[in-house]
Amino acid sequence: MRREDSSRPAPASSGNHARRWTEERNLPNPWLALGAGVLVAAAGVALYQQQTRNTVDHRIADSAPGRAARRRRRDPYAVVGRTVTINKPRSELFAFWRDFSNLPQFMENVRDVSVTGDVSRWTISAPMNEVHVETRIVNEKPDEQIAWRSTDASEIRTRGKVMFRDAPAGRGTEVTALVSYVPPYGALGRWIATAFQREPSMQGRRELKRLKMLMEAGEIATNHNRKTA
Amino acid sequence: MRALTWHGKHDVRVDTVPDPEIVNPRDAVIEVTSTAICGSDLHLYDGVIPGMRSGDILGHEFMGRVVETGPRSTLRTGQRVVVPFTISCGACFFCEKQLYSACDNSNPAEKQDLTETLYGHALSALFGYSHLTGGYPGGQAEYVRVPFSDVGPIVIPDGLDDDAVLFLSDILPTGWMAAENAEIEEGDTVAVWGCGPVGLFAIQSALVMGAGKVIAIDEYPTRLDLARQLGAEIIDFKQTRVLEALMEMSGGLGPDAVIDAVGMESHGFAPDAIADNIKQTVGVGADSAHALREAILAVRKGGRVSMPGVYGGFVDKFPLGALMEKGLQVRTGQTHVQRYLPTLLEKIGQGEIDTTFLISHRLPLEEAPRGYRNFRYKQNEWTKVVLKPGTEMAA
Repeated sequence: MRREDSSRPAPASSGNHARRWTEERNLPNPWLALGAGVLVAAAGVALYQQQTRNTVDHRIADSAPGRAARRRRRDPYAVVGRTVTINKPRSELFAFWRDFSNLPQFMENVRDVSVTGDVSRWTISAPMNEVHVETRIVNEKPDEQIAWRSTDASEIRTRGKVMFRDAPAGRGTEVTALVSYVPPYGALGRWIATAFQREPSMQGRRELKRLKMLMEAGEIATNHNRKTA
Repeated sequence: MRALTWHGKHDVRVDTVPDPEIVNPRDAVIEVTSTAICGSDLHLYDGVIPGMRSGDILGHEFMGRVVETGPRSTLRTGQRVVVPFTISCGACFFCEKQLYSACDNSNPAEKQDLTETLYGHALSALFGYSHLTGGYPGGQAEYVRVPFSDVGPIVIPDGLDDDAVLFLSDILPTGWMAAENAEIEEGDTVAVWGCGPVGLFAIQSALVMGAGKVIAIDEYPTRLDLARQLGAEIIDFKQTRVLEALMEMSGGLGPDAVIDAVGMESHGFAPDAIADNIKQTVGVGADSAHALREAILAVRKGGRVSMPGVYGGFVDKFPLGALMEKGLQVRTGQTHVQRYLPTLLEKIGQGEIDTTFLISHRLPLEEAPRGYRNFRYKQNEWTKVVLKPGTEMAA
């Protein structure tokens, strides 16, 4: 670090400034002090009441999915999950998803998928570069679920599944996609990815919406006026 | 092509931009023959709607001739169509329930994040409006790309002029839905705030639906006069205390239903209106809701509140106690245009509804900026502006 030039009066002047400021208002403003006191007292009362009234000593497991929990998971995996209702039969949606070569149609960050048996190799756009992920199907229930897990050859550790359930009242199918992964460079990496709009929860949300558009409307909505924007 | 583009608050220009083309299979391209400036375009003009970008093409009330169709469009080249301002896929849960303005599939996925955070759910898409609602290029242009052209546009039979049917695109069904949302019973008294185009069509619709008395509230003589010609009684809020007058004019009961056809830029010399306008001007996302507050206080106990007026953000000093304690029902929303088109086209064809009475000015597209300025600042004389692309400027 460079030392401050001693001829510069900056520190002294800021000291003078501070002194002058207190001299001008030689006493703390009584109204300000009173206001602050009232706020502190109110916060104290609220805290006291919260600790003493209607207290709960243990909480029962609720019906919400774990990804909606207020507390973060302790393991290094980041979990991304989202449900969307698509107005199409379960079998049609399952068949479309099961053919992984269909996925780049609605996953705009997936550049390419090549499939050999149960193993798929994914080329995914990431901030600044691209990532190669290799996954193997570990559990498949026709018309219900496809689950996968990364292989040792994969650049990112990830596992995920997509589940298909009949929606109530003939509304089609509830599709839930769940992906957990170890974000490269941890929380910082995740933050950077968000800034580049490449963060998986953001991607996942948009991709399920595009899937819904493609399946229901037969095309993916765009406001572009020309094919080559 | 030439198109009216937005560049900032009170800055709209006619620019040369690339022609649209077919992008998706269900698209059509329309050559615009008539397009109107809407009251909600003035919210964009005043810069109070977030999510606008410089160069956006405005306009959501338009009609024209089909010049190009995608492989899955059901339109044919040469057909004359009116296009709804709401963009709807026709296949999702909402479209199947005829809640077309709530369509899940028209707003591009990458545009949905903001309203999902702001409103809890992503909004559907509209033509020529904010990027919160898709940022689709609008109809104040020579050509428009119309997505889902097999669901939205209605084909107009020969013999009906543009001016007679243009308003099917927005304000006529919006006024109609406003009256429908007021759930009018035979003989009801209905009060309407705002005698702009939507308010006037709401008055007309309420009378068609059997209202016994419609009371219209505005300050501009020309607009109040149009309301009176439709059969409404009128209140000029600059010379009359509105709440007291409404009570007296409804036998001390209060109107059975109230319609707020003003929306987020309500004005007036009342403390709440002034505070709202200041907050709106400094951009804290506040809506000016003076008319709505007054409507909630005016309506009778157990009455209905219909809100066709556009709001975008937040409001305070809201008479929530009156709403709950009086047991009111509130119905609102962007218009489900497609739901009303066949009925309203038929009523126009049979002469039961006339829409041309409110057009005050017809201008070439090139003069659109003048149209905006006058529609905004000479509201008394300029009640509705229709732009005619393809016509020449007056020398």
